[in-house]
Order: sequence, then structure tokens, then C-alpha cells
Amino acid sequence: MSGRTAGRTVFLLSLGAVGLLVLLALLAPWVAPYGPEFRGAALLAEPGAAHLLGTDQQGRDILTLLLYGSRVALLVGFGATLVSMMLGIPLGLISGYKGGLVDSLVMGVSEVVFSFPGILLAILLVFITQRPSVLNVVVALSATGWAGWARLVRGQVLQERQRDYVLLARTAGAGTVRILAHHILPNLASVLLVQFSFAVGSALLAESSLSFLGLGPQEMPSWGSLLSEGAALFVCSPWMATFSGLAIFVSVLSFNVIGDRLRDRFAQPDLVSTTEGGRGTGA
Amino acid sequence: MIPKANDRRRLLALGLRVGMRLVRTLLVLLGILLLVFLVVRAVPGDPAVSILGEQAPQEELALLRHDMGLDLPVFEQFGAYAAQVVDGTLGRPWSRRHPGVTVADLVLDALPFTFELALAAVLIAAMLALPLGMLCALRRNRPVDHAALAVTLVGVAIPGFWLGPLLIHALCVRLHLFPDPASGVQGLESLVLPAFVLGLALSAKLTRMVRTSVLDVLDQPYVLAARARGIPEQRVIVRHVLRNALIPVVTVLGLQFAALLSGAIVTEKVFARPGLGTLLLEGIAVRDYAIVQGTTLVIGFVYVAVNLVVDLLYLAIDPRLAQGRSQGRA
Repeated sequence: MSGRTAGRTVFLLSLGAVGLLVLLALLAPWVAPYGPEFRGAALLAEPGAAHLLGTDQQGRDILTLLLYGSRVALLVGFGATLVSMMLGIPLGLISGYKGGLVDSLVMGVSEVVFSFPGILLAILLVFITQRPSVLNVVVALSATGWAGWARLVRGQVLQERQRDYVLLARTAGAGTVRILAHHILPNLASVLLVQFSFAVGSALLAESSLSFLGLGPQEMPSWGSLLSEGAALFVCSPWMATFSGLAIFVSVLSFNVIGDRLRDRFAQPDLVSTTEGGRGTGA
Repeated sequence: MIPKANDRRRLLALGLRVGMRLVRTLLVLLGILLLVFLVVRAVPGDPAVSILGEQAPQEELALLRHDMGLDLPVFEQFGAYAAQVVDGTLGRPWSRRHPGVTVADLVLDALPFTFELALAAVLIAAMLALPLGMLCALRRNRPVDHAALAVTLVGVAIPGFWLGPLLIHALCVRLHLFPDPASGVQGLESLVLPAFVLGLALSAKLTRMVRTSVLDVLDQPYVLAARARGIPEQRVIVRHVLRNALIPVVTVLGLQFAALLSGAIVTEKVFARPGLGTLLLEGIAVRDYAIVQGTTLVIGFVYVAVNLVVDLLYLAIDPRLAQGRSQGRA
């Protein structure tokens, strides 16, 4: 198999994996073999016919927990990314187009945010809320995530605004909002799509890390918290940690493969996977 | 005469840039200080109550509030906090587990563990990434290149808190190749696995960076010129390509060292190692705001400081930047 066809196969597999993940998360109550509150099985059972992936230390079915956990993963992954985009993209557009004081202010604040590497600021923000929930984790991740988007978009706008089409639109009497929303933004679509894919994978990984540290959503089982419990029980029952880690790994990998492939397709070597650097984007 | 004037102008431009960079750094440090202060003050509820419990007598609560400076106006609280940062104590831990110790003492005790972990991780990442990235670039678009790039995607996506337990189980518990983290053994052997787990994602990222950087340099006219002069290929690669390709890579390595400090939080938990991350999590668990505040601040400051040093080094290496021609990193 040549490199090119192998790359395409892996890309299609990743798309399939993400599609399957979304489907399973949506259909969790119907697909899961047991209810989310079920606790009746033998403790720490090995994988078998009754429990395909075994059970945990409370007699819960691991497959069921993973299926419900996919909801947390995707809610946080997509939620945090979308909120970050909604905050960061407009700020980046204005910052890059207007320049001046607005630009200095936005970039200054984003530089402070960037001085907290990785999930440190998210840890701090979840700590404030005392009771971490899906919403709180999304807010915490977006509070840091917008900065990457703002910087990425600002950089792109700085290039775009010198193009002829912007000048033409301005001569034709288009206002700032119209130029930004109707002329510049559509031209950034491919850049944003690539970054979106990386960002979802990165947010998903961040949620798992927070959950592993005991600072993730508490209302539903999440992959990271299962992994954390499973790691402590690894010697007597490796199943929980192995399968929950595998779920995280395959999901993050799929989003990154999709982003990687799209980036090559659109030839934007300056975009980087946000998980690669822990965080940050296109700098 | 003319070159002299030029030199002076260049020196002036360089000085101006360094000065502006320092001012910007100061502003960022101030921003971090303010943000951490506000974040910790934003915690709902009374910190004194959450430390002593609901049933604590009023006098005791008032005493603790006074100790923590919570009865002062917010501006004075910030002033007092800034003073603690400037005098280097970072305040006193609020929880009673550390009587008579400042937060700075706790941080200084923890810092070497995290530094050694981050340093070892950077070393391991570089040792993996340099040869692999070179190999990819020199065998561009061959099977080796594709395979290595695929491996880097895996390396980035693999969560350290999954790989860690797997490796502990396989290599420490089963094969006894490394000391079991649960046994509490400290030393170089106990550093290898955590550093590998922490450095893996970085090495994947670096591999791609080395590859791109080497490819860039290979296309430069001076490489063609060197080859045309009949210089042996090996010498061209080592003397002309590697030396130039490594400049951006070393920059990233410097920046990543600081970023690893936060990655260390998870790794330290996985391997039950002492360090800044463990201290932070302990502070969170016992709701000791002074510890949370202090550790976060130190990690932020270290990050900014390393950033500054890398930027200044860059100015020294690349005189074009000093003339303000290129904005460099966005």
C-alpha cells in the first residue's frame, strides 16, 4: 500500500470513528446494555458474554459507562470548541482589521492567558466553581481557548485585509462588519475547519485530564475519571483503565488525523495541532 | 563614517526593542498577578468557613479571616498580596498542615523535582526527535517518512495518564525493570519513565518540526552551493544543514520546557512524584488558597521568564529582528 492510499484509508477510518462516536453518544440509552445507574454485577468481572468489557469495582458495566462517558467527552469537546470560536473569532477579526488600541488590548489579554501553559488556568477556574460540572468545564476551557482562536484569526486577517477584494468592497461602500463577515470570514473557512478538528481533540483530551485529576464533570461518568479509578486498580483488574484510555486515545487520534489530512489538503503548514503543544494555536 | 552611524542606529533599534519587550513582559507579569488574585477571590463562599467548617465559632472564623487579610478592602488585599510576591514569601499557607512555613518554602521544595522531570523530558524528546526528524527529511515521501509521521500522530494523541499506568504495570510491576512508583524509591531510575511519558508528545511535535526545518534548509541556495563545491554529503548535512535547521527547533524546545511544567501536573500524579503539580493539587484538595495562588503564579512566571530569555536570545542570533523588520511570532 503506497503512502497516499494508506493516508486516505486512515483518514476515512478516522472520519468513520468520529461518526460512530457521535452516533453512539446520541444513542447511548438505546445501545448501552445496562442503565447508567446499574450496579448489580459481580465486582471487577473480566470481559465476558454478560459484560463485554467487564465490570468495575462497584459492579457497573464498563461498556455502559464508556458509552455514557462519550456524551461528556463530546459535549465538552464540541461545546468548549464552539464557545471558544464564538468568543475568539470576532475578537480576532476586529483586532486584526481595526488594529490600534483594540488590537493591543485583545492581544495583551490573550498573552496573559497564554502565560498559563496547558490546562493550568482551566484547573484554576474549575477550582473556583467548587463543583465541577459539564458546563463549568466548558466555561473553564473556553476561557482559555478563545485566545488561540483570536490570535489565529488576527494573523489571517492581517494577511487578508491587504488583498484587492477587501479594497474593492471598501470602495463599493461596504462597512466594517460587512467586510469582515461577508468577505474576509468566508475566506478563512478552510483554516478554521482545520483548526476546529484539532481543537475538538484537544478539548476532549483536556476534559479527560481534568477528570483524571478529579476536576472533571461529576454528574456523569467520564472517561478520564474511569481511567483514574482504573489506574489505581490496574494490578487486579486492568480492563477499566485499558478500555477507557483506549476510548480517549482513539477519539483524540481520529480528530487529529482528520485535522492533519485537511491541513495537508489545504496546504497550511503553519497550523499546528493544539494537543501537540499542550495548547495554543497557529503561533 | 557611514557604517558607524548605521551601527549606532542598529544598536539603538535593538535597545528599543529589548526595552519594549521588557515593558511588555512586566505588563504580562502584572496581568498574571491580577488574574490569579481575582480568580482566587472569585471562589464563592467564605474561605474561612470552608477551612474551619460550618460549625466553627464566630471568633475563630473572624481570627482566621484577619490572619488571611480577608477583612481588608480588596485593593489593600491586592497590595498586601503584591508585597508578599515582591518580598518573595508568597504568603503563608492557610491550611494548618504547614505551621511556620511560607508558600515560597513549599514551592522551593517542590520546584527541583518538577524541573528535573521537565528537563529529563526535554532531553528524551530531543534524543528521539532529532534523529527521527532528520531521517524523515532526508527520506522525504519514502515509506520511512510516512511511517514516522504516522507514529508522531499516535504519540501526540496518546494520553500520558493512560500510557503511564500501562508502563508502570508492564515495566515496574511485572518485569521489575524500573522501581515501582508505589515503593517511593527516588533516584535516576525512577525518573526515566515519567520523563518518557511527559516527553513523548513533545518528541512527536519536535520530530515534525525538525523534519520541516531540515527540509526548508535543504532547499536553500547555500546547500546547493556547498554541494557544488564538492563538499562530502555528510559534511554538508552536519555543517550546513543541521546547524541552521536547529535554530528554530531549539527555540521551541526552550518554550516547551516551560509548557512542560503544566504537563508535569498530570505526570506527577500518575507516578506519585513530589513537585509543583502535586503541591497544586494538594492545595486544591485542602482548599488552601495561598498554595494554589503561589504555585500557579510561579508556573506562570517561569513560563514568561523562559519566553523572555528565548526571545532575547533570538534577537541576538538574528539581527534582522532587531531592526523591527519582522514581527516574528504572532
